[in-house]
Amino acid sequence: MAEHTPARRVALAREPGRPGTAEFLEALFTDFFEQRGDRLCADDPAILGGVALFHGRPVTVIGHRKGRTLDQNLACHFGMPTPEGYRKAQRLMKAAEKFRRPIITFVDTAGAYPGLEAEARGQGEAIARCLALMSSLTVPIITLVIGEGGSGGALALAMGNQVIMLENAVYSVLSPEGFASILWKDSSRAQEACDVMKLTAADLLELGVADQVIPEPEEGAHTDPQAVFRAVDAALTAALSKTDGIRAPAAHRYRKYRGMGARWLRTPGKEKV
Amino acid sequence: MENRFAQRRQRLLELKVRREGQVPPPARLSGKQVFEQCPGCGQPVPKVQWVKSQYVCPHCGHHRPLGGYLRLSLLLDPGTFQELDGGLTAANPLDFPGYDQKLSAARRTTGQAEAVVAAKGKLCGIPLVMAVMDSRFFMGSMGIAVGEKIARAADTARRGKLPLVIFCASGGARMQEGILSLMQMAKTAQAIQRFQEAGGLYIAVLTHPTTGGVTASFASLGDITLAEPGALIGFAGPRVIEQTIGEKLPQGFQRAEYLLDHGFLDGVIPRDQLKETLCRILRLHGKGGGRRG
Repeated sequence: MAEHTPARRVALAREPGRPGTAEFLEALFTDFFEQRGDRLCADDPAILGGVALFHGRPVTVIGHRKGRTLDQNLACHFGMPTPEGYRKAQRLMKAAEKFRRPIITFVDTAGAYPGLEAEARGQGEAIARCLALMSSLTVPIITLVIGEGGSGGALALAMGNQVIMLENAVYSVLSPEGFASILWKDSSRAQEACDVMKLTAADLLELGVADQVIPEPEEGAHTDPQAVFRAVDAALTAALSKTDGIRAPAAHRYRKYRGMGARWLRTPGKEKV
Repeated sequence: MENRFAQRRQRLLELKVRREGQVPPPARLSGKQVFEQCPGCGQPVPKVQWVKSQYVCPHCGHHRPLGGYLRLSLLLDPGTFQELDGGLTAANPLDFPGYDQKLSAARRTTGQAEAVVAAKGKLCGIPLVMAVMDSRFFMGSMGIAVGEKIARAADTARRGKLPLVIFCASGGARMQEGILSLMQMAKTAQAIQRFQEAGGLYIAVLTHPTTGGVTASFASLGDITLAEPGALIGFAGPRVIEQTIGEKLPQGFQRAEYLLDHGFLDGVIPRDQLKETLCRILRLHGKGGGRRG
């Protein structure tokens, strides 16, 4: 794997030419049928999802979409979903459960959209329901973090049985800018934040959040997308056969997320005073 | 049980010694009234009045934050408080510079080990599990220990077939624990989900402020969701939203009353009516929170 600083990886994860959910869908899947709308009030293009075949097998695919042209970027809020997007995702997940399809999610967002209407329509509630729903689904979920994984807006699609990250993808509690702004009241210290946040794929593997890291070409996924598609195809095939072997995917996820950070817990008896 | 009280008493005494070693003892009520300004309207209010009104301003109705132990002592039936996982903490998972020192300082000033206190007890005779977050401890932020205590509270309620009440107050995820703080959203949401699938009643009470990762996980999953008047409740903070949309936010945006109007709350309940309201909801759901078996 390439030697890059965390800040460089953040830049690569945000590279405009980097393959996004739409490109992975086109390269890896066939017969994609897009499902649109939350059946409540709107369709948020920042979430792209539907049914497709992966090597002939029906799966539900859900991912963040940033858009390619400026018009698309604006319509998608640069990949930052509104509550309608998360409610569409919930609808698709329920359909996957009904028709017993595995769910494959692609994570690529700076975070949920922080707008007035988004708050008025319950951004927090929409994300919370995604988490509760994913914890109860009995079909397997495989998550691929392909670019930016920012905050609750990323996690809302990322409670996978398997969480796979591309080498230059990042995944963090908040964007480095937001992190610096909250902790140091200075968003210009984002570079510094990158160094302390432990947000690279290797860090997350170490912390037990990611299960696998897929290497990228030296200068990033956008320099040779075909190679990345081949690697992701292989990883996804392996992950599917692995999750097929899990007898109770919901229980498996429960144990996985229940254990997050458990090795740092201290009880009074063992505490150092 | 007695041992537990002895431990707690010992700890309080230690804290008292530490406190009085550093700051001069507070002015005693020697005839003179001690006043504290209301953060809402700026009027001076006698300290005894603050205590009597459960820290609600008698002039403007501003609700000041309540500490975890204080809130529990005001609500639970006397003598029924049994703390759960009182000393549970987490180490510094990212080796974040300065985090250990900040944690120790927060523990010294609040006398709490973490930003949430969970307990078993009784409310108007009905046994339940109650957890109270404290915004004065690290802004009530959720790290590994807070997430674990919430999840364990839900587990205790599920196994004991007890209703669960959580008072939320949080600035969001704890930045210093990075991605592992984010994962606590998944951990708590799934624990609440499992509890509810088992038939348990979960009442979420949102107090000032409830934001970020707590709003986007267990705070928004209540069977019944209540809030205190004027509480700020939202996912993104007002400052971030103003920056994004480039304009000032309307008066009352993200306040409890605004959320009630938008369909996200069952009620906005003033503090002096909270106990009665909770009791009524608990009774309506039966002892075990609606379970038949």
